[in-house]
Amino acid sequence: MTVKTPLYLDYQATTPLDPRVLEVMMPYLTEKFGNPHSASHRFGWEADAGVDVARAQVAALIGAAPDEIVFTSGATEANNLAIQGTAFAYARDKRHVITVATEHKCVMQSVLALEQFGFVTTFLPVGSDGVLDLDQLRDAIRDDTSLVSVMAVNNEIGVTQPLYAIGQILRERGVKFHVDAAQAAGKIPMMVDDIGCDLMSISAHKLYGPKGVGALYVRKSPKAALLPMMHGGGQERGLRSGTLAPALVAGFGAAVKITQASMAEETPRIEALGRRLLQQLQNSLSGVTLNGSADQRYYGNLNISFAGVDGDLLIADLRDLAISSGAACASGSNEPSYVLQAIAVPRGLIKSSLRIGVGRFTTEDDIDYAAQKIISAVLKLRETVS
Amino acid sequence: MKRVYLDHNATTQPRPEVIAAVADALTHHGNPSSVHADGRRAKHRVDAARQALARAVNAKPQEIIFTSGGTEANNLALKGLGRRRLLWGATEHDSVRAVAAAWDGPKAEIPVGPDGRIVLDDLAALLAQSDEPTLIAVMLANNETGVVHPISDIVTIAKDHGALLHVDAVQALGKIPVDFRALDIDSMSVSAHKLGGPPGVGALIVREGKTIASLVSGGGQEMRRRAGTENLPGIAGFGVAVDLATPTDFTAIAVLRDQLEAKITEVAPDAVIVARDADRLPNTSAIVMPGVASHTQVMALDLAGVAISAGSACSSGKVAQSHVLTAMGIGDDLAGCAIRVSLGRQTTADDVAQFVAAWFALYQKTRDQKIGTRAVS
Repeated sequence: MTVKTPLYLDYQATTPLDPRVLEVMMPYLTEKFGNPHSASHRFGWEADAGVDVARAQVAALIGAAPDEIVFTSGATEANNLAIQGTAFAYARDKRHVITVATEHKCVMQSVLALEQFGFVTTFLPVGSDGVLDLDQLRDAIRDDTSLVSVMAVNNEIGVTQPLYAIGQILRERGVKFHVDAAQAAGKIPMMVDDIGCDLMSISAHKLYGPKGVGALYVRKSPKAALLPMMHGGGQERGLRSGTLAPALVAGFGAAVKITQASMAEETPRIEALGRRLLQQLQNSLSGVTLNGSADQRYYGNLNISFAGVDGDLLIADLRDLAISSGAACASGSNEPSYVLQAIAVPRGLIKSSLRIGVGRFTTEDDIDYAAQKIISAVLKLRETVS
Repeated sequence: MKRVYLDHNATTQPRPEVIAAVADALTHHGNPSSVHADGRRAKHRVDAARQALARAVNAKPQEIIFTSGGTEANNLALKGLGRRRLLWGATEHDSVRAVAAAWDGPKAEIPVGPDGRIVLDDLAALLAQSDEPTLIAVMLANNETGVVHPISDIVTIAKDHGALLHVDAVQALGKIPVDFRALDIDSMSVSAHKLGGPPGVGALIVREGKTIASLVSGGGQEMRRRAGTENLPGIAGFGVAVDLATPTDFTAIAVLRDQLEAKITEVAPDAVIVARDADRLPNTSAIVMPGVASHTQVMALDLAGVAISAGSACSSGKVAQSHVLTAMGIGDDLAGCAIRVSLGRQTTADDVAQFVAAWFALYQKTRDQKIGTRAVS
């Protein structure tokens, strides 16, 4: 068994750059270094051409038109722009925004930030399976609801939301629909017309592209009105000012293209590996719980509780596995995961949970190795306790 | 035909050491916020870059907030410092002017004189007009003309009136000495790709003790002042770029620039060098060829293999003429005939000669044909 350690199993925090992406990026740091907004010479045109190609590639992944794509510095900025930009664009007669209690922190914070400007917010609960209840959503919509923001795949527990049904409800009610697809794009189909969403956030570094770039899809028809967060040179059709980084954007496009081409074959392979890991753990250990729905989920992201084991000690013991106890942006803090709290995982078990992420470069050997390591570490820690 | 790039104020080619650092960071895939070894290594790189930038501008590491670039840094400062009233220089970059245009509270533009510098008496008068807590935004050096503003005089006036001062140092950093501590200002924006770093990363430096409301909410990155997974390769490249950027490189560039200007005015006595006698960046020259529209010049020079611009990159796709030259009192007939030439570290005497030859060829042709292609007649 050949396993390269430390073994990376934190694909939800970030993914390694695909080497093919690096090849596409490098020319934009060297000979094609121009500012894509320099309209007066070849250096600018070359860079701009690279941006155009990437824009079409990103658009194709989600079935959008290229001029519906706004490049940002990442999904956090895209989520902020979608939520704040929509809320303020419709603020004249709509003052209510809805999201879900298990959203990514940047969505939660962005919605919360609206309250200080007089907006009313609703954070919908989820069931113990992590799935949003559609009736609760229907009941929460008011005449002055401008936006509902729901993530496609949860970053901590991998649970998927019923986006198609949500899209239908929101279309009927004339409410704008934002989907945070940072954890879903490139893994499961995210076609904006099928979902019926008006806005969608994507991140490059979650799909084997570079950090520092993401995109917001903004529907043209019917138009999703949006106010910019960043003012300046008027780039990205006035919705996001600032010089685009051609290397990052080109790398994003290349990563999307590779992912789109391989998704049909790659996702089943990754999900099979996730299931294999879960099965091995459950076969060898008692008190192993998969957090969140077992069937409405992406199996490349497993959040597992090990009863009676301290998660921090477990991670410390699993030194040659790069895994986490939850979202990267919250790690280091000692606050228990609000996502696990929202799905009613008992307090004791929250501290006993690991997030394990499987991805493109994970092999069966890696999974078997990780399973063995986790099993023996859990057994050892349980022995110490008892 | 050799292609000559003289648009370094739009963006400049990353240095080889920077490219190596970016490529290396790209292949090290940790998320700086993850606690495992991969993540810690990523965090270490971000910290090293933060220290490099802190050294370069004489600030404290904790005063630095990494952003996606200069535009975000300017937006963050102006919107985040929490002052009701905004005063901004008439020749500021669009990222300041656009925030000003959308500003809800009381606001006023500070005029510049014919030399392109803020008129200090006007600034003092504007400050005396109102008791509102005020934020002043003035750039250290102008992107189109290179004119350097008298920041220390502005600081004195700002302090007299209890106003905060934000300085956009995007074009200045790496070209002239920039000392945040000595400038004694409240915040300062910088950008990596203007000094040989990669595009897509910049920073806002905020004086310790000043609180700033974040523009982008989310995870607790950058001490809760700017959410979002850090652009690790960009930040690593930025760190290397600031370490390597020494304003002394620009002494030689200043010589080339001065030779370029001398040659132009020698062969074309009616050509105008904007703010030639003002304190300027050593690499920037705004040149007017009377009677020939900016875009005509830009296209002709591109055909001759020389890349220059008619103004700032973000607006160079638009037909609107430079607000900078207009603010300096330069009439439409001349402002519509200006180009920006900006030299870089790699610029050679041959490059300058190729530019001058191409510029002069166009000049002669238009003089011979007496084509009065003017942007505004």
